Amino acid sequence: MSTEITNELAAFIAEEILSQPGRRIDPEENLITSGLIDSLSLVDIALFVEEQYRVLIDDTKLNADTFDSLKELTSLINSRQHE
Amino acid sequence: MNRTFPSELIRLTREQPEQPSIYFLEAGLEDRVVTYQELFQKSTSVAAHLRKAGINSGDVVVLLIDYRFDLLTSFWGCVLQGAIPSILPFLTEKLNPDRYQADLRSLISVTRPAAIITFRDFEDIVEDAVQPDSSVQAILYLEDFGLDSDEDALPDFSLVSEHIQDPERIVLLQHSSGTTGLQKGVALSHGAVFNQLDALSSVLNLDPALDVVVSWLPLYHDMGLIAGFIMPILSGIPLVLMSPFDWVRAPYRLFEAVSKYKGTLTWLPNFAYNFCARKVRNRQLEGIDLSSWRAVINCSEPVRWESHQAFYERYNEFGLAQEALQTSYAMAENTFGVTQSKLGSQPRLQHIDPESYQHHNQIQLASEGKPFLTMMSSGVPLPNTRIRIQDQAGITLPENKIGEIALQSKSMLSEYYRRPEVTEKSFQDGWFMTGDYGYISDGELFVTGRKKDLIIVGGKNIYPGDLEELVYEVPGVHPGRAVVEEGNRQQLADRIRRYVTQNSPVSLRFVQIVDPKGILKTSSGKISRSANKEKYLSQVKLN
Repeated sequence: MSTEITNELAAFIAEEILSQPGRRIDPEENLITSGLIDSLSLVDIALFVEEQYRVLIDDTKLNADTFDSLKELTSLINSRQHE
Repeated sequence: MNRTFPSELIRLTREQPEQPSIYFLEAGLEDRVVTYQELFQKSTSVAAHLRKAGINSGDVVVLLIDYRFDLLTSFWGCVLQGAIPSILPFLTEKLNPDRYQADLRSLISVTRPAAIITFRDFEDIVEDAVQPDSSVQAILYLEDFGLDSDEDALPDFSLVSEHIQDPERIVLLQHSSGTTGLQKGVALSHGAVFNQLDALSSVLNLDPALDVVVSWLPLYHDMGLIAGFIMPILSGIPLVLMSPFDWVRAPYRLFEAVSKYKGTLTWLPNFAYNFCARKVRNRQLEGIDLSSWRAVINCSEPVRWESHQAFYERYNEFGLAQEALQTSYAMAENTFGVTQSKLGSQPRLQHIDPESYQHHNQIQLASEGKPFLTMMSSGVPLPNTRIRIQDQAGITLPENKIGEIALQSKSMLSEYYRRPEVTEKSFQDGWFMTGDYGYISDGELFVTGRKKDLIIVGGKNIYPGDLEELVYEVPGVHPGRAVVEEGNRQQLADRIRRYVTQNSPVSLRFVQIVDPKGILKTSSGKISRSANKEKYLSQVKLN
């Protein structure tokens, strides 16, 4: 389940945000602090997560403290889905 | 009467002490309503701290403060003390602190500020950046100003510095143009700013009884500083202010604010039209009414009709009127606005022939059924402002010929602060050379391109040479020739992307490593940026 979410997130980021389909993103790779995802794309991630997994990430929490890697984002989604 | 910032703020505070001046919005918190009286009173308190620290009239004070209300009172506190405030961007999570400090150090060495106002969380960064032998006499912390007290003291007008009666004096510095680390400080006088406010007031038919400005723009940039801060406050128009950081994470908040406060005027850079059109969902717009919006003014990046269309199609059902979408051409060196489209109707559009535009610098309307480019007018010059189009020899060109935009006005900068040689170079025969290109048609300005090769991202001016220099610093890249070692291209592209993003104001989206001879050069062997750009754009489909 977790792997599936991680893979879906990776594909979404590679295709929709980076416009590089097929680009591999390591689950531990820093996304925000590395600048891979810029602030203009954070809202895309929030909307995708909300629409795909019914998990709402409040916009005040859209920063590297909340998640900075696919792994962290996946576990955030998992924990919220099981609440 | 000689108006100055303090004299006008005092007048407004006397006339309407209880009138809300600023509605300060922060995501997750209740909106804060700030009256003129509170704004003035808290600002005099900052002024008193500056005075105590030995900061005098004419001293430059750099403000390094994140988005919080005290940034606003710090600015006005400097003004009331007669000091010259300059708001600079603060460190964001993507930026490399070392680079930020180096840039700050170089700015301090040129501008020679007497003080810095910042906040405790930023203490290490700032203290480290300030060298012992620098001009900085005092680093002041907001936390020490006691601005949180709820005590509703009455404003004490006698505290305001009396030196500030000369409208020719410099009131503020605005740093947004120039090479990273050596940004030029645009110095504006009280008089220049008031000439600009008068011009805006007349072309926008400003009415303090009806108008409400809504802005999320940063205050270190002319559009946010003038249109989204100083203009409303000194015109007695309520300002609804939100953070750029809140907006970019939740663009619907802009519409929420316009709807709630019946906002009438907003300025946006072109990218924001596309961003808002695509990144807001209907569920976030329940009950939103945008019918109060009488002007949403596209400014600071090249203006695109397609962006207006996308915005209009998205928000029409929420009451947005098509004729609310307006344009302006502006620059910090002219305080802010140079031209403005005529309110009440749509900016003029022209369908021009691409061939004669691209190859002959000449505008011809496209023939029926032939390919065309859509150009959108930026309007006519503001009162007190004249523009003309020049060729490289300085000859004034007729209408419909593309050349450099030259400018004369009563709201021009006094100088680039402590950069006399740069100031002198910017003027030719009494005209300010903008470095931007465009043409005039029936008296209206159409801007075709910014300074040669200049890249504008989110309203920030980026010099490609600066980014190239950064790329040369990446391990694996050979400086000067940008020849890279063989190896894992993806890893190298990632390294370049990360390095440039962390050391410049922009975030790189794409890095493409090309094969040998993949970079086009000019006949003299220089890398041709424009040819490479065209080639790249023809190869990729940008979303």
